[in-house]
Amino acid sequence: MGVSSKLGNMGVVTTTVEQAVNWARTGAMWPLLFGLACCAIEYMSSQASSYDLSRFGMELNRATPRQADLLIVSGRLTRKMAPVVRQLYDQMAEPKWVISMGDCASCGGVYNNYAIVQGVDEIIPVDVYIAGCPPRPEQLLHGILTLHEKVRSERIADWA
Amino acid sequence: MAVATPPQSIEEQRRWEGNLDQLRGLVSERAITGETMLLNMGPHHPSTHGVLRLLLELDGEQIVSCLPDVGFLHTGIEKSLEDKSYEKALPLTDRMDYLSPMSNNMAYAAAVEKLLDLDVPERGQVIRVVCLELARCASHLVWLGTHAIDMGAMSVLLYAFRERERILGMFEMLSGQRMMSSYIRPGGVWRDVTDDFLPTIKQFLNDFPAKVDDYEALLTQNPIWKDRAQGVGVIEPDVALAYGLTGPALRGSGVNWDLRKAQPYSGYETYDFNVPLGEHGDVYDRYLIRIQEFRESMKILNQAVERLERVKGPYRSENRKYCPPLRSELGQSMEAVIHHFKLWTYGYDAPDDEIYNAIESPRGEIGCYIHGTGANKPRRVHFKTPSFIHISALPVMSKGYLLADMVAIIGSVDIVLGDCDR
Amino acid sequence: MEIPAAKDPVSAVREVFGDALLHVKEFRGELTIVVDAERIADVLDFLRGASGLVFNMLSDISAVDYYPNDYGDAFDGEESDYRPERFGVCYHILSMLYNRRLRVKAFAADEDPRLPTATVVWPAANWLEREIADMMGIVFEGHPDQRRLLMPEDWHGHPHRRDYPLGKETVAFSFNEAEIRKHKPFATD
Repeated sequence: MGVSSKLGNMGVVTTTVEQAVNWARTGAMWPLLFGLACCAIEYMSSQASSYDLSRFGMELNRATPRQADLLIVSGRLTRKMAPVVRQLYDQMAEPKWVISMGDCASCGGVYNNYAIVQGVDEIIPVDVYIAGCPPRPEQLLHGILTLHEKVRSERIADWA
Repeated sequence: MAVATPPQSIEEQRRWEGNLDQLRGLVSERAITGETMLLNMGPHHPSTHGVLRLLLELDGEQIVSCLPDVGFLHTGIEKSLEDKSYEKALPLTDRMDYLSPMSNNMAYAAAVEKLLDLDVPERGQVIRVVCLELARCASHLVWLGTHAIDMGAMSVLLYAFRERERILGMFEMLSGQRMMSSYIRPGGVWRDVTDDFLPTIKQFLNDFPAKVDDYEALLTQNPIWKDRAQGVGVIEPDVALAYGLTGPALRGSGVNWDLRKAQPYSGYETYDFNVPLGEHGDVYDRYLIRIQEFRESMKILNQAVERLERVKGPYRSENRKYCPPLRSELGQSMEAVIHHFKLWTYGYDAPDDEIYNAIESPRGEIGCYIHGTGANKPRRVHFKTPSFIHISALPVMSKGYLLADMVAIIGSVDIVLGDCDR
Repeated sequence: MEIPAAKDPVSAVREVFGDALLHVKEFRGELTIVVDAERIADVLDFLRGASGLVFNMLSDISAVDYYPNDYGDAFDGEESDYRPERFGVCYHILSMLYNRRLRVKAFAADEDPRLPTATVVWPAANWLEREIADMMGIVFEGHPDQRRLLMPEDWHGHPHRRDYPLGKETVAFSFNEAEIRKHKPFATD
């Protein structure tokens, strides 16, 4: 935000549309209230008192995908669950982002077998991958901040 | 590899879409004709504690029948265990019941020990009891927070997770991992407790009872909480037994059955504690029992920590055919190097026979059935998990109650879908 | 209330069912009785209700697959275990009154494995049997709900059979990276 201090107390802020929109998008990125397995518990930990995701404007979980901006795939994705996750992703309104939280969601993790989709990127596009089994809340926060960086660098030309 | 293929014929297409015919006999005839409403709840729903799907038949707001659909978290853990040696399979068991991984480790490790006829030294048993009771508290804390959120009390979660973080910190001290610790292993535990563990747990034991009082102050006499919990989800003792419920869900109905008392393991018979019992078998009684279990766990933990200071000696079995030697021995003994190499490459052979071993997890009886092959990998491992049994009893618990009570009932039996689907 | 003295389950079953009791073994203090598959539900019903036994709770039902060649050999007593058929189904039952467990086992053939359902004895058997039907492909005759439980409806095969592949994806190296990338259309750099 390029706040110009030369203007005194006139209350004028100068910026670009790009920066303003990206700032707004990172400041209130509402995640979908959605958890799959173990990582969902660490996701809850990061929501709760010790780590407090609301510092990043994310205290509000939306239970409906229509109002959510961010899908955090937290846990192992089974072949039975895969169509459901795809449908949730399709129902989310643009712009939308996906964080693949944990090893199982990123690549299948320790479960290399018939039941598990070997990485959520087989069905939906992923913006940020977080390693760990399960990742610590700090790692999730780092992943979210990485996503914020990515969003801040988006260009107006690419929105359409 | 067998994967789902698209439907080939009209009949298959119908089955793919899931038509009403296959529900005939499972829901009432009124649902087929459209007189009652079929409502799908889940697998993505904030109050199903994971990826549980319920097909509810509703007459107005009243639940006529309930068909749970599970398997959305079926991970193939049992199949994967057949592909690994006994020791290497342990980390997979952590991730079944992800709220209390220690209990899963214990169920699996105790079963392997039974299969091998392996003894655990006393210090190892005491450390196990400390871990299991801490895991019970950690698991009940998540239950308390999520159950309260389901019923509309938002702030309890924030208090509960504050204490849970401290327990996870202690697990990290022991094992290097917050949740998936893989700490309890066949023959004992992975390593001895660290020096800073004892002061930390003493401080925790000192603080925690007051926190439990805080939770009770928030909920126990709260009129809204009582209205939503009392007289809801009642299950009679004989029905609970017929459906095979265990743990707090069974004790809520007044059946005095706790494997820690009835079939003690890991030296539980030497600890002084009570088994809290309910009377009505409703949501409120199950809540009270778990709150009481916090206090009983504190009792056990106090005794166990006192014992931990007193009992010295090895923390895992000295039988080097099954348990790896200490790191310090590796530089001095060729035999230790051979044992170490053999254990971490091949593992050990287990007899070609079957055993079943059950322990009391925070949710109920978690049993492990292992059938060996005579070689280093099992032929079959099967886990009897409490959540699986409890979800199968949801229809009988929820029948006749209102739709809004469903989330209270789900919360009160404390299900974990990873535990159910495995 | 006077509690009747505990009876030996083996002799009690032998007395009532005679030839249907096929084999008895004890391992690590766990008693296993193998009974005729067709009579399994009757035996379980008897064990649940009979005075002095009262195995009132069904802890678990687990199935084991003796594929490929550990079954069907002539039983010679000492050396080998008793395994006449490919599939073994173990009912782990528990008597709370006498605080003891018992494993009742029945065998099902390789082709068209069938067993009578135990849901009439315990409603708890409902899901446990559905799981086995799903995972092992053993049909429980008379079961009220024969849909799949854990796997999707349209899944082919029964994953927990020993001849079903684990289905793992190979580790990506530079030579097979392109092959694995094909499965991940949405993975971008």
